[in-house]
Formats: sequence, structure tokens, C-alpha cells
Amino acid sequence: MSGYIAYLVFFLIVALTYSIVVMGLNLQWGFTGLFNAGVVGFFAIGAYGTAVLTGPDRAELIGGFGLPFPVGVIGGMILSTLAALVVGLATLRLREEYLAISTFGIAISIQLVALNFDTLTGGAQGLTGIPRPLFATFGSPGAYNLFYLGLVATVAAVVYFGLQAALHSPWGRLLKAIREDETAAASLGKNPAMVRLQAFVLGSTLMGLAGGLYVGFIGYVSPMDFLPILTFQIWAMLIVGGSGNNRGAIVGAVGVWALWTMSGFAISRLLPVEYQSQGGAIQVIIIGLLIVLTLLFRPRGLIGEAQSVSRHVS
Amino acid sequence: MLQALADGILTGSIIALGAIGLTLTMGILRFANFAHAELITWGAYMALGVLAITGVFAGPIGPFSFGLPLILATLIAAVLTAALALVVDYLVFRPLRSHTNHMTVVFSSFGVSLLVRMVILLIFGGSAEYYSDELQIAVRLMPGLRVMPDHLFTLGLTLVIVIALHFFLQRTRLGLSMRALAENPDLVRINGIDTRTVVRWTWIIGAALAAVAGVLYGMTVQLRPEIGFQLLLPLFAAAILGGVGNVFGAVVGGLIVGLAESFSVLFIPAGYKMAVPFIILLAVLYVRPSGLFGGMRGGAK
Repeated sequence: MSGYIAYLVFFLIVALTYSIVVMGLNLQWGFTGLFNAGVVGFFAIGAYGTAVLTGPDRAELIGGFGLPFPVGVIGGMILSTLAALVVGLATLRLREEYLAISTFGIAISIQLVALNFDTLTGGAQGLTGIPRPLFATFGSPGAYNLFYLGLVATVAAVVYFGLQAALHSPWGRLLKAIREDETAAASLGKNPAMVRLQAFVLGSTLMGLAGGLYVGFIGYVSPMDFLPILTFQIWAMLIVGGSGNNRGAIVGAVGVWALWTMSGFAISRLLPVEYQSQGGAIQVIIIGLLIVLTLLFRPRGLIGEAQSVSRHVS
Repeated sequence: MLQALADGILTGSIIALGAIGLTLTMGILRFANFAHAELITWGAYMALGVLAITGVFAGPIGPFSFGLPLILATLIAAVLTAALALVVDYLVFRPLRSHTNHMTVVFSSFGVSLLVRMVILLIFGGSAEYYSDELQIAVRLMPGLRVMPDHLFTLGLTLVIVIALHFFLQRTRLGLSMRALAENPDLVRINGIDTRTVVRWTWIIGAALAAVAGVLYGMTVQLRPEIGFQLLLPLFAAAILGGVGNVFGAVVGGLIVGLAESFSVLFIPAGYKMAVPFIILLAVLYVRPSGLFGGMRGGAK
């Protein structure tokens, strides 16, 4: 029984970490209509940034500064912000497609750096032995995981309420206005390109934050944790949960991650060894179908964006 | 040096073939189709499937590694790839085209690309495949430059296709309608041109070119389910560098991207080669977003 609870705690830590990524994506897509095709890249930068800044010093590595965990996470977030600025500044004055293509490109480039820049990222082996914050304080791994779940849940809650406050501020209304009718917003003297850039960069920074939390929990980074499929998974979480609604983003993150782990479990149990790779393909096909079918038949997702009308109309 | 030049032109011409289809769909259908590269994979594997089902692999012509069977298989693959493009357009893209946020279509193509790739993986497995196990002897054209006869064939075929497409777009009624639709859709409708037919033919041409590019890629490198995913960034870079909607631009863009990739290996570790198209893409977007030759419409809004 305790095994199940331990697994549930582990599952929730990962799912809630992803929910922060999904909320970042929701800010970009759900509220602003920006298509980020390289979510995994911004997540990976946050993770690698944190790992390099907090990791133990090693002769063969550039990094390993042994800095405190919060400093590492903030450093990772700053790196994600910078990466977002590079593609954001290049594309946000152009047609939306160009942002999509550039984010796809930066994710691939980040993957290449992770794989090839051995002295910084540890190459294919990755970086190991990244200190887990306050690990020594807790007697058992079980107790530590509970603490970490509390930490991730708190951060997710802060992000949630922070975003809700921002979205109900004039800035949040401006985001929706630009998404719905850019010309109208511009004619009111607003600067759509600037506001879109802000939303895009803030969303990417949140992805970097989640990457830092992820590293703090698992204690190592390797390119295998940041495969392109993660971008599709995060998208499926957002679309299924209901883009334009942060509660939907959290529900989608937990739901899709549950579906993913359970389908993986079922495949490893039910399929004979020689069909395992096909089973993996089926698992990914489920994600692709979730995305396409939800878009076609239930664009609002499970929860979806609340209808908003002026409070003067009722 | 010379070898890098030859390799660059070869990959460049394959990228060019894929980028032509992409630039046409981007210009005419007005969305960045992330699934276009998967049409390349699909075409390549359909040709392999036809060869496997018919069991006819043998019979190379002259110095080439392939024979009539592969040429016929390529034609069938082109038809099957066009069919896939039309089915996807009918089932997914068309219902979403009316959506208020036109990026929804782009996003759906992102999902479709994943599905197509995984279906190929499911059917054909993940290991590398080849059309032929014939060994080819490289021909020495001049000191320091050896090329495979297949590679020369690839170059020649690309050239023929580009010229044919040029005349098609300049001289035929359908070609003119396609260019017109890219430039001004409203005017096209007013003039009573059936845009559905034009859209359909855009898919057919783009997909058929993708299939040919896929077979050529499989012939000169190898077949893997990821080839489309790996070609996607070079294709976008080539199409945008040449100017969206501009066929000639896509060819030049493809060659530049191919050459930049192969020359980059002289300066940076080979592992970073795949990032080269991204650098080109960023440079174009910062400096000249409408591309080298300007699109049928500019890059700006």
C-alpha cells in the first residue's frame, strides 16, 4: 500500500511540475494566441541552467558552481528568458507562423547543445549528482518526496494565482483583446507586438522555472529527459484541459500525465518484449490523436475558457 | 573543399524539392504546414512498401543503384502521398480553416506530423532501411571530387523538375490560378476561379514533390522514420530564405541551406550541423524577413 502512495507522490510531483509548463504555454497560446513549437527547449534550458549553477565542481566541466538551489533556479529562468527574447524579438513583428517555426528551431538547437557541448552539459550522459535542496534535512526518501511535493504544489499555486491576477488586470484584458482583434487593439493606441513579446517571454520563463524544479527533484539532467515528444505532451495537456483556463491547464497536466504513465504501464505489461517499440509508438499516437481530435470535436477542452462579457451587459 | 561543395549541392537539391512544396502550400494555403516534412517520410516509405510488396528490387540501370522498379514505385508513392495530403486536408485542415485564430491550423499540422511519423514507425519499424543493397562505385569527376552516379541523377532530376514547374506556373491556366490565389484570394474568387480545385492541385503538386524528395533522400542517405522531422527546419529555412511562395527562391534557399550545412562541418563540430538552418532562419528574420527574392507577399503582416 505504501508503495502505491509513494508512487502517487512521485507521480504528482512530476505532473505538477508539468502543470507549471502548461500554465506558461497557456499564457502564450490560450490567452495570447502564440504558437510555441519548442516548449521542451525552454524547459530544458531552465533544467540545464539550474544543474550547471548548483552542481558539484568537477575538473572536466565548465559548470558546477555549487550555488544554492534558489539561485540556480533563478539563473535557469533568466536563461530561458534570454532564449525567448532571441526568437521573440526576431519574430513578433512578423506573421505568427514565424514564431512557431523559430521556437521549433531553438528547441532543436538546444537539444544539439545538450548532446554535444560535453564540457558544459555532460553530453549524452548528462550531469549527475545535482544536489537536491534540503535533502539532508529529511530522514527518508519518502519524507523528502512529500516535502518536495509540497514545494512544487506551492510554486504551482503561486504561479496559478499570480497568473490569475495578471489575467484579470488591464494587461490580461489587453492580451485577449489582441488575440481577438489585433487591429482594434492597435487602433486604441496599444502596441500588440510589445504585449505579445511580454506574454511570450513570461510564459517561457515559467517553463524555465519548471525545468529548475524538475532537476531539483530528480537530481540529474540528460538529453533523454528533454525529447521533442515532451513538447507534444505539454500541448496535449493544455488542449485537453482547455486552453484559456488555468484550472484546465492543471487538470490537463495531471490527466494526460496519468494517461501517459498508465498507457506506458499497460504496454510494458501486456505486450510481448518484441513489440515494445511498437507499443511506444501507440503511446505517442494516443497523444497525437488527443491533440487533433480535441481540436476538431471539443476545441474548448475539458474545462475551457470562461465566456467573458462586459459587466455592464447582463 | 570541393567535396563539401558537391555534398552541399546534393543535400541542397533535396531540400529544395521539399521546400518547393512547402513554399507553395505556405503561399497559397496560407499556413506553415509542420506536417509537410512528414509527407517526405511518407513518400519515401510508400516507395519502399511498393518495392517490398511487389518483391521487385533488382535490375539496376547502367551505373545507378536503382532500376525501373524504383522509378515506378516512386510514381505510385507520389500518388499515395498526394492521397494522404488530400485526406488530411479534408479531415483536419479544412474544418479548422474557418477558425478565428488561424494558428489553430498550424497547430493541428503539428499534431498531424506526430501521427504520421508514428504510423510509419508502427508499420515499418524504427531501423534504417535501404532501397537497394547494390554497391555503388563513386566516379571521379576531377582530382579531389568523387560522386556517386545516383547523386548526379538526383541533381539532374531536381533541375528537370524545377524547370518543368517553372513553365507550369508561368504558362498553364492552373499554374496562373495558383499564383493568383497566393497573391490575392478575393480577386481570384471574384473572377470565378474555383479555389477548391486550385487548393487541391496545390496539395497534389506539393505532396508529389515531397514524395520524390523522400525517395531521393532515401536513395542517397538512408530511410528512417525521423527523416522528415530532421528535414523540417532546413525546409522552413529554405522556404523563408527564398521568400514564401516563391518557387525559384525555395530552390536557391534550399541550395544555400544545403551548402551552409556541408561547409559548416569545416568550422564547427559536426554535431551542431542541424542547428545551421536555425541560424540562417534567425538571420533572415532579423535582417530581411521577406526573404532574398521577396515572397508572393512579404513576410510582414
